[in-house]
Amino acid sequence: MNFKRKYLAIPYGVFLALFVIIPILLIVYYAFSNAGGQLSFDSLVRFFSSTTKLNVLLVSFFIGILNTLLCLLIGYPLAYFLARKQYNTNTVLVLLFVMPMWINFVLRTGATRDLLTWFGINGGQHPYLATMVGMVYNFLPFTILPLYSTMLKLDQSQIEAASDLGANPFQVFTKSILPQSLPGIVSAATMVFMPTMSSYVISDVLSEGKITLFGNSIYLNFSNSQWNDGSFMALIMLAIVGITLLISRRFNKDDFASRGSNLW
Amino acid sequence: MVKSKKIFAGIYIYLLLFIMYLPILVLIAFSFTEATNVGVWTGFSFNLYARLFQSKEIMTALGNTLIIAFISAVISTLLGTAGAIGAFYSRKRMVKAIEGVTQIPIVNAEIVMALSLTVLFVFVGSVIFHGQSIFGFWTLLIGHVVLSVPFVYISVRPKLMQLDPHLYEAALDLGATPQKALWKIIIPQIMPGILSGFLLSLTLSLDDFIITAFTRGTGLLNGEGTIETLSTLVQAKIKRGPIPPEMRALTLIIFIVVLLVVVGITLYRNKTRSVKKIRKGRENHEF
Repeated sequence: MNFKRKYLAIPYGVFLALFVIIPILLIVYYAFSNAGGQLSFDSLVRFFSSTTKLNVLLVSFFIGILNTLLCLLIGYPLAYFLARKQYNTNTVLVLLFVMPMWINFVLRTGATRDLLTWFGINGGQHPYLATMVGMVYNFLPFTILPLYSTMLKLDQSQIEAASDLGANPFQVFTKSILPQSLPGIVSAATMVFMPTMSSYVISDVLSEGKITLFGNSIYLNFSNSQWNDGSFMALIMLAIVGITLLISRRFNKDDFASRGSNLW
Repeated sequence: MVKSKKIFAGIYIYLLLFIMYLPILVLIAFSFTEATNVGVWTGFSFNLYARLFQSKEIMTALGNTLIIAFISAVISTLLGTAGAIGAFYSRKRMVKAIEGVTQIPIVNAEIVMALSLTVLFVFVGSVIFHGQSIFGFWTLLIGHVVLSVPFVYISVRPKLMQLDPHLYEAALDLGATPQKALWKIIIPQIMPGILSGFLLSLTLSLDDFIITAFTRGTGLLNGEGTIETLSTLVQAKIKRGPIPPEMRALTLIIFIVVLLVVVGITLYRNKTRSVKKIRKGRENHEF
C-alpha cells in the first residue's frame, strides 16, 4: 500500500467514531428505552412530570446565568485594564490570573470551602452564597482570556474619534467599546454558562450537598444505576449545549479554535 | 483625572489577583502548622511535609495521576497530531466531518461525555464480555484521551495552515520518500503546535475529576480497589471534612511546580520571540 498523508487521519477518525459518536447514539437509545430495552418514553414523562427534576433545571439555569453575569461584570473591567497600555504594560499579569487554573481544581474548590468556613460563611447555612463564591472564583479565569484577547484588538482610533466627536465617556463605552468587544463577551459567556449548569464538584462541595444542579442530578442517576433517566437528562444537557453554541456561533465564527489555543 | 483612573485600575487588578490566590495561599501558610483546620495555628512545624511523604494513600493517588496524565497525553498527542495532518490533506467533505466531530468533546458538558462513555463501557461489557465489568485502567485511559485529543488537533491545525506546501514537494522531488518528507519537513515545522497540544493534554488530565469518577475501575498502582487519582481522593476527603492537613503541604509543592513551568514557558516564549525579531531584522537588512 502506498503511503498517503491522508491515511494518518484514519486512527483518529476511528477513535472519534468509537468513543464520541457511538456513546452519544447510545445515550439517545437509552434515553428513549426502558429498563427492559424496549422503545419507551418513560424517562421523558418521568422528567417532565417530576417537579424536583424541573426544579433542578430551573435552579441550574438561574445559577448559570447569575454566574455568567457576575463573571462578566468582574472580568470585563479587569480584561479592559489588563489590555490597555495606559493602565498596564505587564503581560505576565495576565498569566498570573490564569495560573490558578493549573492547580488541581478539586483541591482549589476544597480550599475555597475551607476558607469560607473560616470566615464564617458555612455552606450548610449559606449554600447559595458559598456556591456562588466558588463558581465565580473558578470560572473567572475562563472569562478573562477571551475578553482580554478581544480587548487587545479594540480599534483605538475609533474610540478616540468617538470622544473627539463629542461622545461622553458613557456613550463612548456603549457605542464603541461595548459593540467591539461583543464577540469576546459571547465566547466568555458560553465558556461559563454551560459548564456552570453541568458542574458537579463545586455545588456538591460548597453547598455541602444542599444545592443540586443538573450535573449533580445526572451524577446521582448514574450512581443509582438509573441509566435511562440519566441518559435522558444528559440528552437535555446536550440540547442546551447545542442551543448555546448556535447562539454563540452567530457572534463568533472561530470560537472553538480560540478556546484551546488561548491557554498556552 | 487620568492619574486617579490609573490608580483605580491598579487597585482593581491587584485586589482581584490577591483574591484569586487567597485560598491557595491560606492552604500554603497553614501547611507549616499541624492543626486539622485552616485558621488554627498550633505552632510552626514541618511535620505535615514528613506526613505527606509517608501517606501511602496520597502518594498512590499522586502516582496514579501522573502515570495516567503522561500516558494519555502521549497517546492523545500521537493520535491528534496524526489526525490533524491526515485531515489537512483529505478531501473537503472529510475535513468537515472530522472537524465537526472534533468539536463535540470540546464544547460538550464533561458530565455528558462521561456518562456516554460509561454507557458505552457498560454496553460493551454486557454484550461482548458476558456481563463482566470492563471498567479499569483502560477505560479510564480512553476517557482521558477522549477529553484531550481534540485539543491536540486544534493546537496542531493552525501550524499546518502556516506551512509552505512547496517544501514538502521539494523534498519529494529531491528523492525523499513521503514518510521521510513528513518526518523531516512537516513534523519539525508543526512542533510548537504538537508541544502545546501535549501540555494541554497533560493539564486536562491532571485536573480531571468527572471523567475519572465515571470511567475508573480497579487496578493500577494500588493493585486492588478503585483507582484513585488526586482529584477523586481529594473529593472523597473533602466530602467528609476539611482538606486533610497533609494535602496543604502538597499544595505548596504543586504551586511551586506550576510556578516553575509558567516561568519556564514565559522565558522560552520571550527567547523565541526575540530570536524571531532578530531574524526579521536581518531579513530587512539584507533585502
